[in-house]
Amino acid sequence: MKRTLYADTIATGALWAIAILVVTILGAIILHFLFASVGTISLGFLFGDPSDTSVGGIGPLLWNSIYILVLTLLLTVPLGILGGIYMAEYAGQGPIPNMIRLSQELISSVPSIVVGLFGLALFVNATHWSFTALGGALALSIFNLPLMTRLTEQALRAVPRDERDGSLALGTTKWQTIRHVVLPLAVPGIVTGVILTAGRIFGEAAALLFTSGVATPPHYDYLDFSLGDPRSPWSPFHAATTLSVYIWKLNSEGLGTFVRQISDAAAAVLVIMVLLFNLGARWLGRVLQRRVTGAR
Amino acid sequence: MSIADPPARADAPEVTRPTVAPSSLSTSAPIKLQARGLNVYYGAKRAVRDVDLDIPANAIMSFIGPSGCGKTSILRCFDRMNDLVPGARVEGTIMLNGEDINGRDILPVEVRRRVGLVFQRPNPFPMTIYDNVAYGPRRHGTSNRAALDEIVESCLGRAALWDEVKDDYRKKSGLSLSGGQQQRLCIARTLATEPDVVLMDEPCSALDPIATLKIEELMADLRARYTIVIVTHNMQQAARVSDRTAFFTMGEDRSGYLVEVGDTSEIFTNPRERLTEDYVSGRFG
Ligand SMILES: Nc1ncnc2c1ncn2[C@@H]1O[C@H](COP(=O)(O)OP(=O)(O)O)[C@@H](O)[C@H]1O
Ligand SMILES: [Mg+2]
Repeated sequence: MKRTLYADTIATGALWAIAILVVTILGAIILHFLFASVGTISLGFLFGDPSDTSVGGIGPLLWNSIYILVLTLLLTVPLGILGGIYMAEYAGQGPIPNMIRLSQELISSVPSIVVGLFGLALFVNATHWSFTALGGALALSIFNLPLMTRLTEQALRAVPRDERDGSLALGTTKWQTIRHVVLPLAVPGIVTGVILTAGRIFGEAAALLFTSGVATPPHYDYLDFSLGDPRSPWSPFHAATTLSVYIWKLNSEGLGTFVRQISDAAAAVLVIMVLLFNLGARWLGRVLQRRVTGAR
Repeated sequence: MSIADPPARADAPEVTRPTVAPSSLSTSAPIKLQARGLNVYYGAKRAVRDVDLDIPANAIMSFIGPSGCGKTSILRCFDRMNDLVPGARVEGTIMLNGEDINGRDILPVEVRRRVGLVFQRPNPFPMTIYDNVAYGPRRHGTSNRAALDEIVESCLGRAALWDEVKDDYRKKSGLSLSGGQQQRLCIARTLATEPDVVLMDEPCSALDPIATLKIEELMADLRARYTIVIVTHNMQQAARVSDRTAFFTMGEDRSGYLVEVGDTSEIFTNPRERLTEDYVSGRFG
């Protein structure tokens, strides 16, 4: 009796300690970069162009990060959700679906530098696109689509049988049940999937080095909406060095007077963006869930 | 097969009983559901053996019997929910209004609209009370607001929930109701698809006595419009609410079979079968 009480106290204490440690590490990372970048981060830094002679800005890099994030999510989220629905509700358990599941897990754990090289061969050379945002987004999709599919499948499978049966017993079809009961209940799990993939996209450098490029971007004309023109920042065919790639590049070249300052501030921006995205996605998930379970 | 006529028990529920025991297959009311040679298998295992059963219209039929004797399995044959259970196989015929529900040109979704099912554990959808009730009609093509309003209000009324939720049923989630209210919401939701038959699988087993009483009163009201089949563990409940009772048990091969069916008063006070007598008295003793 006493023994189990002790064990319980110790286990609870250990879990608390781990939780506090995790929060502390997160706080330390955020605070470190925030303090390190005080004085550097300004509107000019966030929106200005990079410069060789002064601190300059990260505007185009931030733009590219967001651009590739959005493009990759456009490619992976709808397809991933459809794939997840298929795998959870229609594919069943035979040897072939199980092989697909295994491949999904393998692909999403392939080292991203390998994916980058594969992207170089396919989306840069074979297509003659050179370095483009689209090539980067496609490379990222290679390992994010299987992850998104897998997470969606798991979220759908976690919806209890009772809920499905409740709908089916009313004489609704399987698809109606999926659409109106199962999917809404799986929204939190799917949102978690989106957040995980998005985090990987923001932070990814290796897969993008050889696909969307490392060139320091020129001055962007944000009013140039010609999607086919690689000079327009809106075009999927513009060379799109992202913030993560830029941080990597600055530090690997190690040249220039402001490297430390710029990379600390860029890192702070990156962390804040990921946090904002996280919160935003959660909020959107809640709104979505209310919408899909609501009136329609 | 002993046809011994056991004496009526003094502690059996108060019921008037006819002087002649009705045969299991003849009642004055028209037959709503009819099972012939019904067998249910899960994989190689036979869970239900050779059930022949008539369920009269506009009456309440209760299924009683020990746990695992196949009551749920049989019930789910009547709305083809067993189609959805992997490995389950049903043999035999089931007629609804004289029509074979397993017939070639009959869609399972159509059967499930005409035969509703209320589950053991209340399972409202995570949406408003209104949307829960409107769920079936919307899926079946009713989108007119006024028509939906009308359906929702009348079904909540028929399920004896209206008075308790009328102020906030458009805003409040079905999940925020109490267990008993949730179960009545599930009944309302079932009624909204305009079924002929309502199947209930131990609908009160997760409810407290007061909520149970409410559901029992509700069933008595519904009887005029619907045919009701209720599986129950609670012998008093079967005695209180049902017109007819079917008693099932398990054979040596652990497959369930129908021992006897008759007017509820008859089953509880003067069963024809020894097994029924033992079961019924065991619980009341
Ligand atoms: N989905 C299933 N798969 C395999 N066996 C099942 C399944 N459902 C029920 N059974 C078996 O069938 C028998 C009858 O079960 P059930 O119909 O639930 O009985 P009851 O409702 O009378 O308790 C039991 O032995 C049970 O284990
Ligand atoms: Mg059961």
